[in-house]
Amino acid sequence: MTERYDVLIVGAGPAGLAAAQTAASRGARVGLIDAQARAGGQVWRHDVRRTAPRAAREAIAALRSVELLTNHQVVAAEPSALRVETQQGSSLLSYTSLILATGARELLLPFPGWTLPGVTGAGGMQALVKQGWPIAGKRVVIAGSGPLLLAAAATLRAHGARLQGIYEQAPVARVHAFARQLLRWPARATQAVALRAQLAGVPYRFGTFVRSAHGEAALRTVDIEGPHGTTRLDCDLLAVGYGLVPNVELAQLLGCATVQRSAHPQVQVDPSLRTSVAGIYAAGEANGIGGLAVARLEGAIAGHMAVGDTAAANLLLPRRDKARGFAELLATHFSLDPRLHQLADAQTLICRCEDVTLGELDGFSDARAAKLATRCGMGACQGRICGTVLAELGRFSRSGSRPPLFPARLATLAGAATFPLPTISTEVADHE
Amino acid sequence: MSDIVRLSIDGQDVEVPTGASVAAAIAHVGLHFRSSVSGAPRAPLCGMGVCFECRVRIDGVMHVRACMTVACEGMQVHCHD
Ligand SMILES: Cc1cc2nc3c(=O)[nH]c(=O)nc-3n(C[C@H](O)[C@H](O)[C@H](O)COP(=O)(O)OP(=O)(O)OC[C@H]3O[C@@H](n4cnc5c(N)ncnc54)[C@H](O)[C@@H]3O)c2cc1C
Ligand code: FES
Repeated sequence: MTERYDVLIVGAGPAGLAAAQTAASRGARVGLIDAQARAGGQVWRHDVRRTAPRAAREAIAALRSVELLTNHQVVAAEPSALRVETQQGSSLLSYTSLILATGARELLLPFPGWTLPGVTGAGGMQALVKQGWPIAGKRVVIAGSGPLLLAAAATLRAHGARLQGIYEQAPVARVHAFARQLLRWPARATQAVALRAQLAGVPYRFGTFVRSAHGEAALRTVDIEGPHGTTRLDCDLLAVGYGLVPNVELAQLLGCATVQRSAHPQVQVDPSLRTSVAGIYAAGEANGIGGLAVARLEGAIAGHMAVGDTAAANLLLPRRDKARGFAELLATHFSLDPRLHQLADAQTLICRCEDVTLGELDGFSDARAAKLATRCGMGACQGRICGTVLAELGRFSRSGSRPPLFPARLATLAGAATFPLPTISTEVADHE
Repeated sequence: MSDIVRLSIDGQDVEVPTGASVAAAIAHVGLHFRSSVSGAPRAPLCGMGVCFECRVRIDGVMHVRACMTVACEGMQVHCHD
């Protein structure tokens, strides 16, 4: 079964939502795909206990003439078409233009104890809590880097968490310099002040980071290293994230070129968001971390481009360029302390799927050789966690994407429309 | 539509708000979602479908990401198997 769209969009975050609304308003048949159960992406993730911000509600309400395909995971690419998997079966969605709005994931770095239950990403904990994770009364330590820590902290506190502190790795002088620069983006400055007010009374420390986490079956304590030595804190949960990494796997699978401004690739686009492959555009965090404002503007630009209206797209470019300037500010002020790359010791697991330690990876200088010898990166996450870690630690870069993009059922890969339930659905064809 | 959903986590009844994830429901019972290849307990890391640390068995289907699955009335969830 093949469905045809004029414009197909992957990712229903702020970028994909803006792209869908723009393209549909021009009369195109638009399909908007997301693997999550609801539209919204990361920042506008549905909160089961609280109402969504107005901008999010409006963006989702504006989808009237768009076919919203949630719970649809893209697993493979075919000529001018994507193969998607749902709980019920799989289908092929063909397109004239494709917009990649696949967003970003958190940069998660290894340290002794990071595999203990109770240690999560910072945005990761925020996402879990929005989807009903019981947090009320729990003692939570927040750590890592960047403004996302404050956003995550505010969500956790609103849901009743007892925040033990926010530990930012960037030194105090750089965070203050960042705050001064923020005045050039008044909306951002207002947001930051509001967040701080919501976090009144919660210690916010700079030049500090989590050195290790301890516990038997689950997390009990963390060691925080700061300018004045190491402190041990009791806690139930540790939410720690070091910034964001663009999701480029689908772009790579489609043959779109990527560029590297840091240890991690981002989709290569021209100023009007064309990728290196004709008919494919990319918008939002996939093109480099830029935040909500960039995502919305780039979504609209890509939407115009996908229906052939270059003039309308051009009108938005100056605003987008200004918003991208904010991202540069983030990258310079929250650059990572080199000591964070030294936290994992020889016994620390790097590949969490196959339990491969850092010591076992000594002596390998490319992902393929390491994989063959140790199984590192061969598990279900397909190297999304360990490959990103190893690139960040300067060991070796991740190997390119191969289908399936995510572990898929055998029937999907064979192209079957519906699964002959129940037996086949227990088969998982991943790299294991 | 009721605003509460009831499901079973390793035989234990759990109630969560409508729209909550299976991961949230499991966290009401404990933090042992899966066992790693060397037998260590694991629980969600990324919260967004990337790390696969939250894989469990849901209604007989193995290796389902609990963080990506909305809890439904009567679901039978089994951890670390
Ligand atoms: C965990 C997390 C929490 C965050 N919280 C905040 C916050 O509180 N405030 C803030 O300002 N910023 C936050 N951010 C930053 C955030 O990235 C941006 O603000 C904004 O959400 C980016 O929009 P986007 O549309 O580019 O991507 P996203 O919002 O990330 O949306 C991308 C979407 O693409 C989907 N997708 C990706 N690949 C596939 C595939 N192969 N198949 C199907 N669907 C796919 C994803 O499910 C996702 O919904 C957070 C980021 C992360 C990772
Ligand atoms: S917690 Fe990472 S995939 Fe579910």
